[in-house]
Amino acid sequence: MSQEPRSGPADRVDPGYRSTAPVLPELGARGTLRWVWRQLTSMRVALMLLMTLAVVAVPGSMFPQRPQDPASVAGYLRDNPVSGPWLDRLGFFDVYASVWFSAVYLLLFISLVGCILPRLWVHVRAWGARPPRAPRRFERFEVNDELDTVAPPDAVITAASAALTSGAGARLRGFRVDTTTEADGGRTLAAERGHLRESGNILFHLALVGLLVAVASGQLLHYRGQAIVVEGRGFANSPSDYDTFETGSGFRAASLVPFSLTLDRFTAEFDARSRPTDFRAAVTLREPGAADRTDVIEVNTPLDAGGAKVYLQGNGYAPQVTVRDADGNVAFAGAVPFLPKDAAYRSEGVVKVPDVTSGDQLGFAGSLLPTAVAADGGFYSAFPQPGNPLLVLQVWRGDLGLNTGIPQNVYQLDTSGMTQVTGPDGAPVTVLVQPGETVELPDGLGTFTFDALPRFAAFDLRYDPSLPWAAGFAAAALVGLAVSLFTPRRRLWLRVSAGEGARAGRTVVAGAALARTDDVGLAAELDRVLDAIRTLDEGQDGWTSPS
Amino acid sequence: MDVAELSTVLVWGATTAYAIALVAFSLDLARRADVLGQKRVAALAAASADGAADGAAEGAAEGAAVEGAGLVRVGRAGRVTLDRPGTATGPGGYAPGRALAIAMSTTTLGFLLHVVGTVLRGVAAGRVPWANMYEFALVGSLAAVATFLVLCRRHDVRFLGSLVLGLVVVALGLGLTAFYVPAAGVEPALQSYWLVIHVSIATIASGMFAVSAAASVLQLLKDSWENSSPALVHPRWALLESLPSARALEALAFRITAVGFVLWTFTVMAGAVWAEHAWGRYWGWDPKEVWSFVVWVVYAAYLHARTTRGWSGRRASWFVLAGFATVVFNFTGVNLLLHGRHSYSGLDTGA
Repeated sequence: MSQEPRSGPADRVDPGYRSTAPVLPELGARGTLRWVWRQLTSMRVALMLLMTLAVVAVPGSMFPQRPQDPASVAGYLRDNPVSGPWLDRLGFFDVYASVWFSAVYLLLFISLVGCILPRLWVHVRAWGARPPRAPRRFERFEVNDELDTVAPPDAVITAASAALTSGAGARLRGFRVDTTTEADGGRTLAAERGHLRESGNILFHLALVGLLVAVASGQLLHYRGQAIVVEGRGFANSPSDYDTFETGSGFRAASLVPFSLTLDRFTAEFDARSRPTDFRAAVTLREPGAADRTDVIEVNTPLDAGGAKVYLQGNGYAPQVTVRDADGNVAFAGAVPFLPKDAAYRSEGVVKVPDVTSGDQLGFAGSLLPTAVAADGGFYSAFPQPGNPLLVLQVWRGDLGLNTGIPQNVYQLDTSGMTQVTGPDGAPVTVLVQPGETVELPDGLGTFTFDALPRFAAFDLRYDPSLPWAAGFAAAALVGLAVSLFTPRRRLWLRVSAGEGARAGRTVVAGAALARTDDVGLAAELDRVLDAIRTLDEGQDGWTSPS
Repeated sequence: MDVAELSTVLVWGATTAYAIALVAFSLDLARRADVLGQKRVAALAAASADGAADGAAEGAAEGAAVEGAGLVRVGRAGRVTLDRPGTATGPGGYAPGRALAIAMSTTTLGFLLHVVGTVLRGVAAGRVPWANMYEFALVGSLAAVATFLVLCRRHDVRFLGSLVLGLVVVALGLGLTAFYVPAAGVEPALQSYWLVIHVSIATIASGMFAVSAAASVLQLLKDSWENSSPALVHPRWALLESLPSARALEALAFRITAVGFVLWTFTVMAGAVWAEHAWGRYWGWDPKEVWSFVVWVVYAAYLHARTTRGWSGRRASWFVLAGFATVVFNFTGVNLLLHGRHSYSGLDTGA
């Protein structure tokens, strides 16, 4: 798969890609296999596979994808009970792991390898190849020119060689130059540049294979954990300490370095339109065998810890509350993360109080408003900073359902075994509480205290040993691509002979140049060499005419 | 008037200058159609006078032949090279007139206003001026005009003017009216030097893809003309005679696309590095990532089509147009219709 067209449309075929002109396959399994292999490694099939790859990638941007957004997939399935399950079966909600997407890119890579390895072999064998000898007739080339000079042929050849192989940029051009003497005594020069073009092409394609391998090994070896950490608290790098933890199938527990991280302070800044301008998590890192160190994690500056990286992925408020039960005992005390739902950080969450000394378990569900403003009989948050914090909670009593053994969502209340607490008028009770306040719960259920309003940070920790490899292969691919696209491949010939007739006593220099692509710089290259020969005529008194 | 308002006024000025240049470029095309159309009608008359006698005659133009309906067309063999700037007459014997000179000077004027307006936008926002859709349109169209002007210094490609400026005026007009947001700082996820690198290169690459698409449109037209397409029988299509050969246009489109493709490859890679820094993964099939990948694959297919028998030339150039369509969708559709982590239009789209 290269980017080199030949001079004419009729013969634009790459050596590695065999012609797909209709050839009847030999009979038998071997012949059929060979035929399939030839088809697969043909440029035409590679082209089809590339186009197919572009098409099959698109559904992943149109349908919600399970790895990125499982909630939206569930919503889609709910809203489309007929088509949804079929799309699910066909892999439309996990396109990039689907059989059809994988088939296309794997075939493409097989095609690529099948094409590039023979080319690599050809290229290595031709590594030191000399330029092809000067052809008989120069007139048939689109770019050709002629001049005569008083300089002798040897001086012409020397000057032309120097123009090709020395001076500024000569190394970059990389001309290989051969000079010969023909049977009739004429001298010829053959030069070729642009061998790096194919080197770059092969490097690009091999680097893509390397990139695929690096990405795949990263998938195998990685681990990833997510933790929500309230100011003043921390977490240890252990699967049980994360809210979610997933690993690749080749994950080894040894890659889990036992460090711990404490969130000392989280600061957030916003502009007047509630748009965030700065998030900073000040943390203390304790790594085994090292002194504690403090650092700052920002959105674009992850922290390196234990060979992994810790990213700041989200933040919000975690109201510190204390609930006393009917007997006056502390039934719950702690900071409870509420998840932000809008730009002004109206946040939703629940407080579950299972450990009451007597009576029903308690559950609180509702909103935290950092800057509460009353409107239309309700409240909304006007700004994300804690200007006037207010908790607006509904109260439930009954069985929280925590003993059923089924894992529960900590941000939702399972109200199936509970009843909502109502006031004397039969309407649900809403508890409004501000920091530092304690409110009495109805029906003598106890008290609810809003102690303080710390923030939380959502950290994402990822370990992927393939990152440097992926980066290296990507860089190699980019370099290879640029070299293969921007290195002109040119051949240039000169024939130097003694002039006859009107030009007797002078040296006649004919030149021709050929490019493998539509090359606008080709004529200029020949001009440059011929100009170097023309300068020989300046101050030429010292030359003697060739005899 | 503060700096931000001054920037907006200058961009309006640039858009106006480009619109005037667009009209002048179109007048030039109309003049080409008139001059060459008349020449062709005259040649037809001469040919039918001669041709009545022996059935086939040599036309006035080099390599021209009289065909079935008596149409004079230049033969398929065309030069690969483009004319240098300042060449008195181009292909088809067309000498550019005053409209083209006016078009070029208003384009240059518009470009200068555009540059100053873009710089002031950055000053007003206190950051690089490419962080929302209005600014992407601003910088992308600047890149397209810059590509066009740089090409004009090296070759006479002024015939591209009406197509390139047409796209630019549409992009700036949409930017100023539909995508406009006041200059402001950016959210933490965008506070990175990668904003300078990744987004600028992406925008420049998009601008170059716009110019290569313009060249490919002309290549297709010229190719149809060279092959005596029945769709181009009207004498006014003779303006295509003043364009370089389809092969030269193909070479032009390829060179711009090749640079754009390398820049796009870099864009995708730099984006992966930035995503790794900001989001903790280098590739997550976010809609923007999907469409950047699609853009990359379509242009990769173009480069392969160029080297495939039966696909080079005319067929390959359709890939350039398909590629540009995906670039446009990546800019508009993905930002406005699909919800992903690249929701940086700066507009409230309910994301």
